[in-house]
Amino acid sequence: MKLMEKDTTVTAEQTVETDAVNSAASVEAELLVEEISIDGMCGVY
Amino acid sequence: MWRVLIPLRTSSISLRAVVIITADSACELHPHVAVRPEPFGALAYHYDNRRLVFLRHPDVVKVVTSLAHHDSVADTLRAHDIAEERWPAFVSAIDSLISSEIVRVR
Amino acid sequence: MSVETLVDQMKGGLDAPICLTWEITYACNLECVHCLSSSGRRDPRELSTEQAKAVLDELKALQVFYINIGGGEPMVRRDFFEIIEHSVSNGIGVKFSTNGAFIDKKNAERLAAMDYLDIQISLDGADAATNDPVRGPGTFDMAIRAMDNLKAAGFGEFKISVVVTRHNVSQLDAFKAMADAYGAQLRITRLRPSGRGADTWNELHPTNEQQVEVYNWLMKHGENVLTGDSFFHLNALGPALPGLNMCGAGRVVCLIDPVGDVYACPFVIHDQFKAGNVLEDGGFTKVWRESDLFTELREPQSAGACASCGSYDACQGGCMAAKFFTGLPLDGPDPECVTGHGEALLQAVPVNLAPRPMSDHSKPARVRIPVAGS
Repeated sequence: MKLMEKDTTVTAEQTVETDAVNSAASVEAELLVEEISIDGMCGVY
Repeated sequence: MWRVLIPLRTSSISLRAVVIITADSACELHPHVAVRPEPFGALAYHYDNRRLVFLRHPDVVKVVTSLAHHDSVADTLRAHDIAEERWPAFVSAIDSLISSEIVRVR
Repeated sequence: MSVETLVDQMKGGLDAPICLTWEITYACNLECVHCLSSSGRRDPRELSTEQAKAVLDELKALQVFYINIGGGEPMVRRDFFEIIEHSVSNGIGVKFSTNGAFIDKKNAERLAAMDYLDIQISLDGADAATNDPVRGPGTFDMAIRAMDNLKAAGFGEFKISVVVTRHNVSQLDAFKAMADAYGAQLRITRLRPSGRGADTWNELHPTNEQQVEVYNWLMKHGENVLTGDSFFHLNALGPALPGLNMCGAGRVVCLIDPVGDVYACPFVIHDQFKAGNVLEDGGFTKVWRESDLFTELREPQSAGACASCGSYDACQGGCMAAKFFTGLPLDGPDPECVTGHGEALLQAVPVNLAPRPMSDHSKPARVRIPVAGS
């Protein structure tokens, strides 16, 4: 189940050689940190 | 609120987010942040702004919690033997933590 | 590196809760018709001040960063300030939920001076005509007065918490405007058929059309509105609402009740969902980590009857409490399932066989003495 909708549209120009680095970086960056609302879990007042 | 993580652009034009730091920046964990170990990494909580961030990998936990002891992000990454091809992801993650004020520039 | 999503890891439970609800008393000055804890009368076994502090000491050791304190009406306890001060001075932030009766000017100033403290004022109508039938005569004015006092004392951003009912769905914009006017944050949460809510559920729970209204409103206007992630059952309607979109009960959150009983969440105060007691079972940490109930909840849950429905990934089968107290099986649709599967099943539940809320602390009903001649 997807945790959130990942926006995959590209809005900046990318040079071909940075594409591979950037997509690897973005994939790993996503896996490194994830913010959650302190109110964002069900079962509390 | 969900935050979309912005990939670090190596080109000079960065359209979707201002990248605040580089690998040469000196950073530190914000003093009002508590870090609690979890099986998959750690949970970081900022007492003032009440933001909650999961540090999803033990490597990012080690790096983020030792930023204050190194002159730069690069030095910290080197000290923990983080492979250079992973550096953009780590810098991007730290940049994201700065936006949440979990980490700050010193 | 693991490809498990964060949610998958949370469903398996953590070594300590992320946050938890702590009802510190069943005593209350009000008798709201939908009270999830059936509060009113103090329980004689209520934790003492020392026992309460011992719980906090354990939570500190577990590095629980923040707790939601409620009741009943938490400010009714004589040691209320002592408890919350012990909490914040030990690094556990507090948000407490209150009807505002005790937030006079003096208390507002005292609260405003405290750090790591958040306040949630309960309100269920944007005017007295809507609010008071649910919460009691004069309660709307009482809440407004509390909010005025907090604002005057410079408390900063507090929360206004609304339980969404059939009668206040049309007031969501008005609630938002009220919160904006106070510099407060609006929170809207789902009504569950828990506590006295079991008896008023049929009249109060939103209609199917109103559920769609709530979902649409949140998508359009809900950017700064909190929900406690309580509307994830509506996610079958479209893109997911913000939040973990999973039931946190027994996995990342739980309830400690006024006598030290630990339940999966505040909406299932019932033996079936009781994990243990902090005094009898070796302390909170042991109950959290080792109780049979929580171990079971942290196993992968079966979709059951929902397995064939394309929406299960989005709605996760909804809320355990909603299913339990309407007599529906837990591995099946929510009574308010947006595709109507729950409604169909409800027809089959024999009347009066839905589980009854336990430990009813409601005040005895006042005997109405008929006036002669009426």
